[in-house]
Amino acid sequence: MKCDFADSLLQGYFDGELTAAGAAEFERHLQHCVHCTVELVDLDLLSGRLQLAQLYEAAPAWLRKKIRADLRPVAPTTAKPQPLLWHWLAAAAALLVLAIAGWRMSPVLGTDDYQVELAEEIVDAHVHSLQPGQLTGISSNDEQTVNGWFKGKLTFALPARDFANDGFALQGGRLDVVEGRTVAVLVYARHEHLINVFIWPTSEPEESARVGERLGYQWVAWQKGKMEFCAVSDAASAELEQLHRLIAG
Amino acid sequence: MNDLDAEDRLRFEQLVVPHVDAAFNLARWLLRRREDAEEVAQEALLRACRFFRGFHGGDARAWLLQIVRNTCYSWLEKNRPRELMVEFNEELHLQTCPTPETIAIAGDDRERLTRALEMLPPRFREILVLRELEGCSYKEIAAITSIPIGTVMSSLSRARRQLYSALVNSPRKEAVREM
Repeated sequence: MKCDFADSLLQGYFDGELTAAGAAEFERHLQHCVHCTVELVDLDLLSGRLQLAQLYEAAPAWLRKKIRADLRPVAPTTAKPQPLLWHWLAAAAALLVLAIAGWRMSPVLGTDDYQVELAEEIVDAHVHSLQPGQLTGISSNDEQTVNGWFKGKLTFALPARDFANDGFALQGGRLDVVEGRTVAVLVYARHEHLINVFIWPTSEPEESARVGERLGYQWVAWQKGKMEFCAVSDAASAELEQLHRLIAG
Repeated sequence: MNDLDAEDRLRFEQLVVPHVDAAFNLARWLLRRREDAEEVAQEALLRACRFFRGFHGGDARAWLLQIVRNTCYSWLEKNRPRELMVEFNEELHLQTCPTPETIAIAGDDRERLTRALEMLPPRFREILVLRELEGCSYKEIAAITSIPIGTVMSSLSRARRQLYSALVNSPRKEAVREM
């Protein structure tokens, strides 16, 4: 049986878009309408499924880089206004071609700033993870257990590996958010230091590894097999390098 | 892109650039292909930058998404006009259905939801993406899609219903039947 309220107020109630009075009225209705109750449960199930499936697709890193780079001021152009219309048009066309070329060519400009900004966010996430209860979503040194935990939570495959024999013991993993996207984090212990390795898919071409330091934390970032990695820790950078080599194989 | 002065550039960077993901996500779902979304999201941001002087505060995300949406629709009109005409995309449904690969992944809920969403007409797809993935309020949805706020609720209701029925006729069943 269909209910008159179903289409009009149900969605608004579910989305929290009704006024207090509207919501109260709908709740009174809910007390004796099985149809609407069932519909609400269905809406909740559907919404939950959509959330769980992680359908949100973040922009590729190069797009953000390109926009930042294109915003950078350039030297003023020397084109002078021409008296003749066709001169002016020719100049405009030439500028347009230059603008398009500049836009298309993915300038290297701004890469460093982008990297610095990214490192800042990752170091912040690392520091945050050191607070009680924040480090791992799954705490285990077993590769299969950690991989099993990530399965279904990520849109990409993640090979979690333990390097205890090399002095980097797998502690577990968690999900984190970097640049607004969900990333996987593997946690390793090296002597008394904790290392977070942030991992997310990328469409960037492979570059050589970058290293840096912020607030006393070292980071090393690299790409491998369409994945971007960034390891961060208060351990010495040579030790991060060693982990980088182990993970990159 | 450099016709903004330093102050506007800074404002653009602070207000608009943080919503690049939202812009890309909407384009990806409207166009259904990442490559196309990359192209169109870029174009939309270029346009946003060009008209940024006309933006006088307010909801920068809604402002940007409106530009993204319009850019997507004009791209669809030019490149895939038929997609804007169909009410429920049966043809697409058949196209994307059972190849061995899709059968193999039909069990994956993400895949099923993606397929179901992509079968919806763009106007229902966008409203679901804005509400469920982007978390927009009805007011924001109304601003972005240029539909009256009173219509948002009923459109959302229809969109959710269609998604639900698309999921019920899921590829999993199709695949089994095919086998």
